[in-house]
Amino acid sequence: MTYLIEGETGDWEVVIGLEVHAQIVSKAKLFSGSATDFGAEPNTQVSLVDAAMPGMLPVVNEHCIEQAVRTGLGLKAKINLNSAFDRKNYFYADLPQGYQISQLYHPIVGEGKVTLDFKDGQTREIGIERLHIEQDAGKSLHDQDPKRTFVDLNRSGVGLMEIVSKPDMRSPEEAAAYVTKLRAILRYLGTCDGEMSEGSMRADVNVSVRKVGETGLRTRAEVKNVNSIRFLQQAIEHEAERQVEVYESGGQVVQETRLFDASTGETRPMRAKEHAHDYRYFPDPDLPPLELTEEYVAEIKKNLPELPDEKKKRFISEYGLSAYDAGVLVAEKENAEYFEAVAKGGGGKGRDAKLAANWVTANLFGALNAKDLSITESPVPAENLGSLIDLITGETISGRMAKEVFEEMMETGKAPGAIVEEKGLKQITDVSAIEAAIDEIIAGNLGQVEQFKSGNEKVIGWFVGQVMKATQGKANPQMVNELLRKKLAG
Amino acid sequence: MSLDKETVKNIAFLARIKTPEEELDHLAKELSNILGWVEQLGEVDTEGVDPMTGAAGAALPRRLDVVNDGGDRESVLANAPERDGGFFAVPKVIE
Repeated sequence: MTYLIEGETGDWEVVIGLEVHAQIVSKAKLFSGSATDFGAEPNTQVSLVDAAMPGMLPVVNEHCIEQAVRTGLGLKAKINLNSAFDRKNYFYADLPQGYQISQLYHPIVGEGKVTLDFKDGQTREIGIERLHIEQDAGKSLHDQDPKRTFVDLNRSGVGLMEIVSKPDMRSPEEAAAYVTKLRAILRYLGTCDGEMSEGSMRADVNVSVRKVGETGLRTRAEVKNVNSIRFLQQAIEHEAERQVEVYESGGQVVQETRLFDASTGETRPMRAKEHAHDYRYFPDPDLPPLELTEEYVAEIKKNLPELPDEKKKRFISEYGLSAYDAGVLVAEKENAEYFEAVAKGGGGKGRDAKLAANWVTANLFGALNAKDLSITESPVPAENLGSLIDLITGETISGRMAKEVFEEMMETGKAPGAIVEEKGLKQITDVSAIEAAIDEIIAGNLGQVEQFKSGNEKVIGWFVGQVMKATQGKANPQMVNELLRKKLAG
Repeated sequence: MSLDKETVKNIAFLARIKTPEEELDHLAKELSNILGWVEQLGEVDTEGVDPMTGAAGAALPRRLDVVNDGGDRESVLANAPERDGGFFAVPKVIE
């Protein structure tokens, strides 16, 4: 799955690093007691600290620190027991302080890693350079008025984790897989909700290209404003091709910040700000260094939830699932939970896990996709899908009937038992009832009986069909087959 | 290290401090003196000494994750030169 750009002077590879801004899940902001809920009326979740009124002092939210440490541990990263906050200075309408409190020199989390799994069973490790805590800015609305920009400070001061990867990715697909996996880890940890559409996870992409075989890195461009995984891939594809064209036409790529335009699928330079990158960082004098203890970190580590990689391993060993099925199920925490509820249910006895995985990944996901519903909105709760599987394994209904019942469950949300009852779908497993049907068919079709006796095996299929028809498809097909053979032979 | 006029002008711009041309020479000299003094501190051998981050040696105070502030839009917007529909309204910012 090597991704190469064929240029006129040879093949080029793309080098990608990502800076992901993940909003920390917390009730209150990073340095104030105002709320963080998404979608509130403008400027109603703003304290005087967030509005940067003179004399206001930041006091750090201890839960945000814990969340950052938890995330660091989830990324198998080094936790720095000593970290510190710095001011990043710049002027913008939605940054009332005139600086963002961040961690440049001493981040709370150091090097870690994320493992990517691909469909063909390959895995690839992407290095994490660092994770630091910082404040989010407010929100500017440029399109509400022809002459003015509207500013809402509700987001101002919300805690963010900036997660910086190493330049380890080599294709748009790898970058997409990285963001997907990172998002899953954060959601498992409960440290970021990962809602890219609401802006609680945003990515800046560093892209450079080089000739295949080169070992050094060439100049990179940073692409901002990428707010979905699809756009991320588009932005990388476009930016890499643009850079190849620049080099091949004799030019040089300049280090700059570019904006991705979703309407054209292209990147363009941000209006040149000659002083933009002179942030004049310095340690924030309002905040003493942040000191953590080994015990504190150990306590958080002890309470880490099971993460996607571990869950996948367990699904394979405990339930005997294929690596592919396990991977599909653990990709979203809610899917994994749903599957386990089905597989573990049934009055504590557990169910056929492979059958459960099939029903979840094939039937349920397919039906949810068709209706554009998420698993948490599923009209079929895990208990009901479990009961349906019980009806199949208990031979109350056949697999074919089960599909029919499942469709009805998706439509009405009813329990499978009720549907089976209502529609009279119960499978006939009563020997005498099946035998009676068989006897009738045999009596009326002696010609076919002769054919069978003279060695035409194929005619058995015809008989099965007739019996199924006579029982409106409700007879247990396996029993019909066995009983027919016995009768015809006799 | 000494600062020239252009650097002072740039620093003033970054800090959005309006600085008349005729003050630049004087400021460059003053700032250079301050930098010189700070550089002199660098002569002290601090090998193996932890940085001192404050006189009181205070630990970072922390707050609980509790919502106990906000919800007072009137106060927040009280000094806004202009507002519209609960927003601050500022001259159009491009990008």
